[in-house]
Amino acid sequence: MRGYVLSRCGQAVPVLFGVTLITFLLTHVALGDPVRAMMGQRADPEVVARIRAEYGLDKPLWHRYALYMGKLLVGDLGYSYRQGRPVSATLAERLPATARLAVAAMVVALVLGMTAGIVAAVRHNTGVDLLMMTLSLLGISTPVFWLGMMLILLFAVSLGWFPISGYGDGAFGHLVLPALTLGALQAGYIARMTRSALLEVLRQEYVRTARAKGLKERVVILKHGLRNGILPILTLAGIGLGDLLVGAPLTETVFAWPGLGRLLVAAVGNRDLPVVLGATLLFALIFLAANLIVDLVYALVDPRVRLTE
Amino acid sequence: MRNGSLLTVQDLRTHFFTGEGVVRAVDGVTLSVRPGETLGLVGESGCGKTVTALSILRLVPDPPGRIVGGTICFDGRDLLRLPEEEMRSIRGCAISMIFQEPMTSLNPVFTVGEQVAEGIRHHQKVSRREAWDRAVEVLRRVKIPDPARRAYEYPHQLSGGLRQRVMIAMALALGPRLLIADEPTTALDVTIQAQIIELLTGLQEEMQMAVILITHDLGVIAETADRVVVMYAGRVVEEASAEQLFETPLHPYTQGLLESLPKLEAGKRHRRLTAIPGLIPNLLDLPTGCKFAPRCPKVVGDCWPTEPDLREVRPGHWARCILA
Repeated sequence: MRGYVLSRCGQAVPVLFGVTLITFLLTHVALGDPVRAMMGQRADPEVVARIRAEYGLDKPLWHRYALYMGKLLVGDLGYSYRQGRPVSATLAERLPATARLAVAAMVVALVLGMTAGIVAAVRHNTGVDLLMMTLSLLGISTPVFWLGMMLILLFAVSLGWFPISGYGDGAFGHLVLPALTLGALQAGYIARMTRSALLEVLRQEYVRTARAKGLKERVVILKHGLRNGILPILTLAGIGLGDLLVGAPLTETVFAWPGLGRLLVAAVGNRDLPVVLGATLLFALIFLAANLIVDLVYALVDPRVRLTE
Repeated sequence: MRNGSLLTVQDLRTHFFTGEGVVRAVDGVTLSVRPGETLGLVGESGCGKTVTALSILRLVPDPPGRIVGGTICFDGRDLLRLPEEEMRSIRGCAISMIFQEPMTSLNPVFTVGEQVAEGIRHHQKVSRREAWDRAVEVLRRVKIPDPARRAYEYPHQLSGGLRQRVMIAMALALGPRLLIADEPTTALDVTIQAQIIELLTGLQEEMQMAVILITHDLGVIAETADRVVVMYAGRVVEEASAEQLFETPLHPYTQGLLESLPKLEAGKRHRRLTAIPGLIPNLLDLPTGCKFAPRCPKVVGDCWPTEPDLREVRPGHWARCILA
């Protein structure tokens, strides 16, 4: 077990290296000149050149990458061009809000998705099934920003049940709408996966054995059925965490949520390259960690899975 | 004939409503089991043996299957009229079932101890600890070596024979009065088969329970059954005591089954096996008369227009054939 975790962490190193390389190249090529973005087009060329030299932007790309990596290896993510603060400090400040949002969205996705999926599987081929699957399709196909605004309109503006936006110092009411918005897509996927996984499992002979024992249908489905059907759902949730991170910038922007996503959006707008790089790297790290956790949970859920290096 | 029975199935009809039409998997089956006796239920695959068994426990998958007619009397109560909740209290308690494939019939993600204990806990409302202890006791009873340790193992860690012993333990945990064993040895090695049959018959005597033994293996029937019901195309075609059946089979189908058994006779080492010609009929498209007529070596003109009734040809020996 420990060997497995260590080897998986080792495998993460080249992945993270690749992430830095690609992000570095893309941001430097595609985002354009950060100094121009800061100073405007009519700035004094001398000043521009001085600032560029100060930030090391006058050096060739490979040289800058080497410098960046050299610092990264000792844990230095550099300084934000905009704020002049260490990127690591900014990230650390923003991470809790995003983590809260992502976890809440995942809870929403799992609870709504699995409930809908179970109901659809149990009422297979009925109107209820059709309704659940239509709802899940809506969840999957509705754009995050649009859903967010509609939820604000309905629940915040018209009904006044929840605040319109903002973090609210971590108050629960502020979390509800963003979590629903961000979780809807995953809930849709999870509902469909739960339904098909459960339908597959309920055909198995051990389910008949469980019924032959005289167990209640609820126990048959939730214990014998779901426990076996949960592996593909877990996999999906692991991958889904990646989608949550992708969705976070949009959701956070709609709800003025002070998280990493909004930080990233703002940083891209400001051509704040160290922050863009740092946030991307952190997203990649979270994604890898989530997948590792899913694989570890696999072994807990299914005794037939043996973790080998 | 049906007096003093523990279980009486009368004119049971279980049909499957499929896209291609109605499959009459069980069509008018009547049989009975007395307390403590072993009833052999014999026939080729697809003749309705398993569906009959599942109907008794009301476990026929619905849809597409449905019990459309008949009565199933167990201990004076018609199981088909019981509310689902009462039916559940009978399943796994008064009537249990063992399935053919011990690999796929056990849940892969729970320990075998848990799978045995679960039923005990559910039916008798005892504590987890006590249910577990009793489960270990039952595992010991089905002669699983070192049961206290084995109870913590998962199905994939056990051999086929041990898995089937776990299935048996699960079925017998609450001392059922009727055990339905559906091809309990088919998936096992020959040497293990004999052990499992021996275990079953031993436990049956000990626990005084009735057994419906479903099999296509006439050898197993000869060793264990008191009475035998032969099924063909969803119907009973012959019923007799085991002795009568093996000595003087009346229905040509039963005769065919017996002749297709390999025999060891001195001096006749290379005798070819006799097979019943043709295939089991398509249940969607059965002949109007005797269902076996198309494959029957003794078929006559009268076999075709109407289906013969199940008649008592000799005391206790019934056959569905005009020639019997």
